[in-house]
Amino acid sequence: MLLELRKVSKSFGAIKAVSDVDLQVDRGEIVGLMGDNGAGKSTMIKLIAGNFPPTSGEIVIDDEVVHFHRPVEARGKGIEVVYQDLALCNNLSAAANVFLGREVKSSIGPIRWLNHPAMYRRAGELFAELKSETRPRDLVRQMSGGQRQAVAIARTRLSDAKLVLMDEPTAAISVRQVAEVLDLIRRLKDSGITVVLISHRMPDVFEVCERVVVMRRGRKVADKPIKESSPEEVTGLITGAIHAA
Amino acid sequence: MTDTAERPVRTNPGSDQAHVAFESVLDVQEKSAYQRFIANQSFWVTVALVAICLAMSWIEPRFATEDNFYNITRNFAFIGIMALGMTPVIITGGIDLSVGSVMGLTAIVSGSILLTETPAWLAGWWPEAAWAHSWWMAVLAGLAAGAIVGFINGMLIAYVGLPPFVVTLGMLAAARAVGVILSGNRMLYDFVPAADGFKIIGGGWNLGLDLPFRLSNPFIILILLTLALALALRMATWGRHIYAVGGNEQAANLTGVPVKRVKVQAYVLCSLSAALAAILSVGWSGSANNSLGATYELLAIASVVIGGANLMGGEGTAFGAFVGAALIFVIRNSLLMAGVDSNWQGIFVGAFIVLAVLLERIRGRRRE
Repeated sequence: MLLELRKVSKSFGAIKAVSDVDLQVDRGEIVGLMGDNGAGKSTMIKLIAGNFPPTSGEIVIDDEVVHFHRPVEARGKGIEVVYQDLALCNNLSAAANVFLGREVKSSIGPIRWLNHPAMYRRAGELFAELKSETRPRDLVRQMSGGQRQAVAIARTRLSDAKLVLMDEPTAAISVRQVAEVLDLIRRLKDSGITVVLISHRMPDVFEVCERVVVMRRGRKVADKPIKESSPEEVTGLITGAIHAA
Repeated sequence: MTDTAERPVRTNPGSDQAHVAFESVLDVQEKSAYQRFIANQSFWVTVALVAICLAMSWIEPRFATEDNFYNITRNFAFIGIMALGMTPVIITGGIDLSVGSVMGLTAIVSGSILLTETPAWLAGWWPEAAWAHSWWMAVLAGLAAGAIVGFINGMLIAYVGLPPFVVTLGMLAAARAVGVILSGNRMLYDFVPAADGFKIIGGGWNLGLDLPFRLSNPFIILILLTLALALALRMATWGRHIYAVGGNEQAANLTGVPVKRVKVQAYVLCSLSAALAAILSVGWSGSANNSLGATYELLAIASVVIGGANLMGGEGTAFGAFVGAALIFVIRNSLLMAGVDSNWQGIFVGAFIVLAVLLERIRGRRRE
């Protein structure tokens, strides 16, 4: 088991954003996490990504109980996040964004400087692996939504991530680019990476995910293989028309 | 379901190809290095600079003389050095209005160390030993004063989260006031003999070397610092992080860039550059006045903006700050030589700032 949540709750003051959630994610799975606004999806992601610790319960990664307080600690355990707003710097090149915070450096003695050629080369390889048209030297400002996703995803590939959390990767892009992004997700899976996909878009989840988890008002109300579910059922679960499944 | 999903994927490469072809026509990044160079604002500022210099040397025989070159380059070196320090701050999306006051404060602190008659506030605790009143101690004390001001600015902005405009506006008033208090509101000029070493730094030339030409020390220091900053911004992780903070502070934070530390460093560096400009200026003029550098903050910011930096953050270069400052001073010098009343200079400098931002806006729109 790669990731396990045991009775995890998170409260913000009087508001209980996540309550008593149990969740297991196996290696190489693509799990869809669905729910209405305020259902607790983003809080779950932030708990796993180490933005804040749970109020109660345990997060277990590779059979080891972890206590993250900062995202850097989660990254150290092989957890990478692709944020909804993508967290890219528009004024920097694709390669600079991929390597932001972990730049490749050359050195002579104590003097260290950025190794631009190495970063361009490696970023180019990553984009090629993802079969993306993104060019390493292009500024992110000039990119399409799909290319931006490729940059954000390429960043997760730098560190041999085990688990990639994707927060609404298809929310703000055109229909054509959605297909591009779903392809990127499949390629992550092909290279043995586990993906948790948060999405509002039913078709995306049913296209790439193997399992769907539905949250409602901070609770997990469903957790079943995608083959045994249907968009109608999930919609019912999200809205509360169907109580649990 | 998979069938319908497959179709858009398959049509994808074709339409992407069209997309790429379209982009390579318009895309600035795909252009040659030469074309990218031309799209740069600092390039056009350089062109303007060269054009004005050529025109002036043709019209006005006094312009293209060695003396005038020496004077212009020295005069703009002070602002140029401040503009270099201002550049990282503006790239991070901040602003530092206190640099002019830092000059005044630094001048008084360095001057007080060198005074023949140690001022009362210093005499209470400062040793009378020769080293305590040496030129290098004056330099160190001046730089320390600048670093402290920058550190306070940076901490209030990065860690307390106050807006840079407000913090540095407050510091503009406070640092100037401290300078006035420490100087007893008098000009300091009665220096110990050891001050000659201090004066030569700002007033001398060629760094004391025997060269076939004559360049003022401040100008040589400006050139060295421009190269150093250009290298730091381009080749150091620090520079990369400065740009990242200005591009998307939240993203920089999420990817593990030490945003707060980087910001503090930028403000310390900015104040240090102002302190250095003050030290050179005091050395050149031979006296320290608490009004040194008043309104220089505007010239420094103007230089950076004219050189192509974006006040919203994310863009700016060392070379831009250099040519921006050069352009302002060449224009000032030209106006003086043309017999224009010096009181009119502000109008031209102001117009240039607005023009530079307007140019940036137009280029930005084309880019979208």
